Amino acid sequence: MPLVDTPLSPQRRRFLQDSARAAGGCVVAGSVLAYLARDARALPAEALRPPGALPEKEFLSACIRCGLCVRDCPYDTLKLAELGSDAVATGTPFFTARDIPCEMCDDIPCVAACPTGALDPGLDNIDDAKMGVAVLVDQENCLNFLGLRCDVCYRVCPVIDEAITLETEHNTRSGHHALFIPTVHSDRCTGCGMCEKSCVLPEAAIKVLPTRLARGSSAEHYRKGWEEKAAKGAPVVEGIIDLPDRLPGPGTDNLVSPGGFAPGYELPGVGQ
Amino acid sequence: MSARTHMPVGHEAVESKGWIGAHRYLLLRRVSQLFFLVLFLLGPWFGIWIVEGNLAGSLTLGVLPLTDPFILLQSFVAGHLPEVTALIGGLIVLAVYALIGGRVYCSWVCPINPVTDAANWLHRKLDLPKGWQPKRSSRLWVLATVLLVSGLSGVIAWELVNPITMLHRGLVFGMGFVWAMIAAIFIFDVIVSRHGWCGHLCPVGAFYGLIGSKSLLRVSATNRAACDDCMDCYAVCPENQVISPALKGKSGHTPLILSPDCTNCGRCIDVCAVDVFNFTHRFDDHVVQPSDPVAAPEPRAARPI
Repeated sequence: MPLVDTPLSPQRRRFLQDSARAAGGCVVAGSVLAYLARDARALPAEALRPPGALPEKEFLSACIRCGLCVRDCPYDTLKLAELGSDAVATGTPFFTARDIPCEMCDDIPCVAACPTGALDPGLDNIDDAKMGVAVLVDQENCLNFLGLRCDVCYRVCPVIDEAITLETEHNTRSGHHALFIPTVHSDRCTGCGMCEKSCVLPEAAIKVLPTRLARGSSAEHYRKGWEEKAAKGAPVVEGIIDLPDRLPGPGTDNLVSPGGFAPGYELPGVGQ
Repeated sequence: MSARTHMPVGHEAVESKGWIGAHRYLLLRRVSQLFFLVLFLLGPWFGIWIVEGNLAGSLTLGVLPLTDPFILLQSFVAGHLPEVTALIGGLIVLAVYALIGGRVYCSWVCPINPVTDAANWLHRKLDLPKGWQPKRSSRLWVLATVLLVSGLSGVIAWELVNPITMLHRGLVFGMGFVWAMIAAIFIFDVIVSRHGWCGHLCPVGAFYGLIGSKSLLRVSATNRAACDDCMDCYAVCPENQVISPALKGKSGHTPLILSPDCTNCGRCIDVCAVDVFNFTHRFDDHVVQPSDPVAAPEPRAARPI
């Protein structure tokens, strides 16, 4: 049917106009909303989610912002983000380790309170929580790195000797002391923030960071030769001839090889 | 124009029923709004924990979970299947509002309602033009947009801007700059658009309207034969497009206000001097016949809205 012969009804025209106008308005409003949705995912590094929180993207699809986790937190650690004053998606729960860290309750009341599963009910042992990872970010100001025995972060750690250990190193400044280096083990650290809260410095030298900032990741195809060798019980590649090591100069620092000499960095006080 | 058309809205009702009688449902509504707010505030303010949480999700007396079904729907669209507790809470809310009228939430519970009511009061006082009046169906478009954005972004989208839960959460948990948002809505309703937010744009109202579209509790113009065309109900109703089909329906047409837009606020009942309207259920479509055919009310010029 040719279009010119059919009289176009004013109702039809009006319907199309109204629909186009509404759709246009929706595109504008929807774009603003989509921008806000994208913006909402930018969780500041200081803001830590409660234990068991789903990864941030999933969390924002699951958290209805009811605040029941906040109510059931016995230490007032958690708070709901306020519009404009916290740079966290409005109404979602978070905590700031330096203000009030997570006390790692055994019964995890915040997870139990969550009605939607935004805090994963599968988390039944608080030691498995991954709220973030502590990183000793400032080695220049950390007292232990200066050779003092502050040890506070290590002492307050709820998973002491597992999540944080003190690793001894030679103190090259004094020449005859040890440094007790607080060392975080990410597989055991829950990110509770006790260490950051307790750091005696005006600005904490150890901070809990979101895992995405705290950790790198190993490439999938990397193999550690020594582990492969240990697993196999033999060299991974067959038939390698182990030639003698040749080092520069007439002699080497290998005492076994002919002409070798003792290294020049013999420590004072160490018996020959 | 006659002096009568310039009488304040509800003047005749106040004269015939007294001020309390002519504001009964308004007062009840304010009491209800205050009741639900105080229920949530008793915990944080006085340590009496009857209800924990906020309008998005709550737990009453440690046993009764309630969840906003609109937020759950967005969560579902965004790709998360909520746990059973939230689903049960959502179903309870859904069932209650499906029964008593979805938009009862708007007029009897929502904390934004007093704000927009106040805006409307000021708007009338200042005698401002009604301003931008997008179609009433705009809120359905907004509703669709919100669900679309939730689905595409994987974020519960309306909660990023929802003034209802923000105000409620602000009062119960901490305000931040929510007051600025509330002020913006107030100004929008006063200057830009009469009944603009609740009556045209809010997708939460649209959602609750949809779930209550077959609700049991309804206002009916049972006594419509007594209507003397004073137009006060039209002036006072926030969704006055719902009145005509019931009030002006020919005999044989139902006197029930069946539009899902009706918020069951009961202001039309308050403001009517001749008691045309009353609350009833959706199967009660009886109409009072005029008892004395001689004393039919005198029609008169309509009040300009």
